[in-house]
Amino acid sequence: MWERGLLWADNVSFRYGAGDPLVVDGVTVRVARGGLVGILGPNGSGKTTLLRLLSGTRRPTSGRVFLDTHPLDRLSRRDVARRLAVVPQETELAFEYSALEIVLMGRHPHLGLFTVEGPADIAIAREALAATGTDRVADRAFHTLSGGEKQRVVIAAALAQSARILLLDEPTASLDLGYQLEVSALLQRLNQDRGVTMAISTHDLNLAASICRDLILMRGGRVIAAGPTNDVLTPAHVRTLYDVEADVHVHADTGHLTVVPMRRVAK
Amino acid sequence: MTSNIRRRLIVVVSGFALFALAVMAWAPTVGSTSISLSRAFDSSIPWSDNVDAQIFFVARLPRVLAGGLIGASLAAAGVVLQAMLRNPLATPFTLGVSAGAALGAMLAIAFGLDVGAMGVSSVPIASFIGSLVAIAIVYWLATSQKRGLSTNVLLLAGVTLNSFFSALILFVQYLADFAESFRTLRWLMGDLDVGSYGPILAALPFIVMAFVVFAALPRTLNLLTMGDDVAAARGVEVIQAQRWAFLSASLATGAAVSLGGPVGFIGIVVPHLVRLMVGSDHRLVLPAATLFGAAFLVLCDLGARTIMAPLEIPVGIITALIGGPFFLWLLVKKS
Repeated sequence: MWERGLLWADNVSFRYGAGDPLVVDGVTVRVARGGLVGILGPNGSGKTTLLRLLSGTRRPTSGRVFLDTHPLDRLSRRDVARRLAVVPQETELAFEYSALEIVLMGRHPHLGLFTVEGPADIAIAREALAATGTDRVADRAFHTLSGGEKQRVVIAAALAQSARILLLDEPTASLDLGYQLEVSALLQRLNQDRGVTMAISTHDLNLAASICRDLILMRGGRVIAAGPTNDVLTPAHVRTLYDVEADVHVHADTGHLTVVPMRRVAK
Repeated sequence: MTSNIRRRLIVVVSGFALFALAVMAWAPTVGSTSISLSRAFDSSIPWSDNVDAQIFFVARLPRVLAGGLIGASLAAAGVVLQAMLRNPLATPFTLGVSAGAALGAMLAIAFGLDVGAMGVSSVPIASFIGSLVAIAIVYWLATSQKRGLSTNVLLLAGVTLNSFFSALILFVQYLADFAESFRTLRWLMGDLDVGSYGPILAALPFIVMAFVVFAALPRTLNLLTMGDDVAAARGVEVIQAQRWAFLSASLATGAAVSLGGPVGFIGIVVPHLVRLMVGSDHRLVLPAATLFGAAFLVLCDLGARTIMAPLEIPVGIITALIGGPFFLWLLVKKS
């Protein structure tokens, strides 16, 4: 049988309202089991919307998404959440919660209507905090944490969901260089050691080059190219995506591709 | 600290429950007339001669029970609506339910509809119907758009409906004669003197229904405060959850307001006070606010009955006098 992948979007299109333009236009993507896929594209290319379609929080206007061979729209939100977790770009709280409380919310799809988290759930949450290096801030109020700590707590909440798939929307966008490296190392570890399948949308080409094995390049809601990182991340594609002339070469020490943007070119 | 949620839940709920029970047991023994409890509970004295029993069982106990029920309903509805709208400033009256109830009551008073059913007079029935009409209008407006339930439309529709109904209320008052005008004004100030157990029993089933839904909501409310997308990604059927939250909170509000009038500030002061004490986890906040709301309103009413005795202050004035400054203090302290 043809390997469709763990998460598969089949020719999906999406518009936010009737009469609005298509934000995602006939996209077919596959995320293989154990894969680490980066989604690249300029602002407004449809990356975030594609992630929403893949997570089922929006339904495609046409086309279908499959999760583990199930059509996504046939699964309940709860069934989806047990298999797939999402890390949003930003987390804004209307009320004050502690880091541990945020992480425990990840257990929601595993609990009954009137059930309170038991020792097993708390152990899973603690472990997720430890895996993201945030166990020291477990009892602190979320809004008092630094940007990097917040992002790692939100990733811990997604981990506590015990899902095999993690979708991340620009996980390093608001972080400084140190935290960027920390979070990308964390993601790589989760993928390699725990076999968590991941799709990451990002503007950070070097992050994508260093951790993603496959890339999906999007522009104007369409997929321009998709495949192994080393094949897809070329100066020609960078130019098509961003109208930027870039130098792409293998970095001597790290062994993966490095992108150095040179100049903006006319469209 | 937070690691054992079950134990924390038991400690918090039993603490608040003890406080609420103590207040509700003590309140009927206090009042402008001092009574003897041993006489009140002495069944050897004939009822018609036992003034202490009459004061205790007819004048005070229904009033305390109504206060507990209304305080609990408004505080819990406030918690649910604040979480659902992701807005700590929302109150049970934000979405127009109380204005609908008030208009219903005004019409019943002004047009002297004196039909009653099952020991309940026409005013609470009319105000309950008014609240249901308001709920239906707001709900219809918020769901008429294609994308499920919009909390933005819910807020705007509620605020607009509030001022629209307020204009109608003023109009009805303008047309009413002096005595009726005074009655309507008095109703708007909130009054827990329900007179008998009938109105309480009539409101009870609706409040119980709402609380059955509330019991299933807390963890979902936590997630709803994180935003629709996060909640959905964590397994919440967002639109369905918002619908249940809105309808149950509105039902509790409608029943409470038709029983005691629109007693202000309970639905916002109590949830915030409770959050200061137990944090933001709605599994603790919701039961704690319910119990504290009951105790808070009974205490306010105790003040209303005794501060200027034998003159009685409308309880809505007491709650506003305590609630207003407290809320301003909260705002200043936060910023």
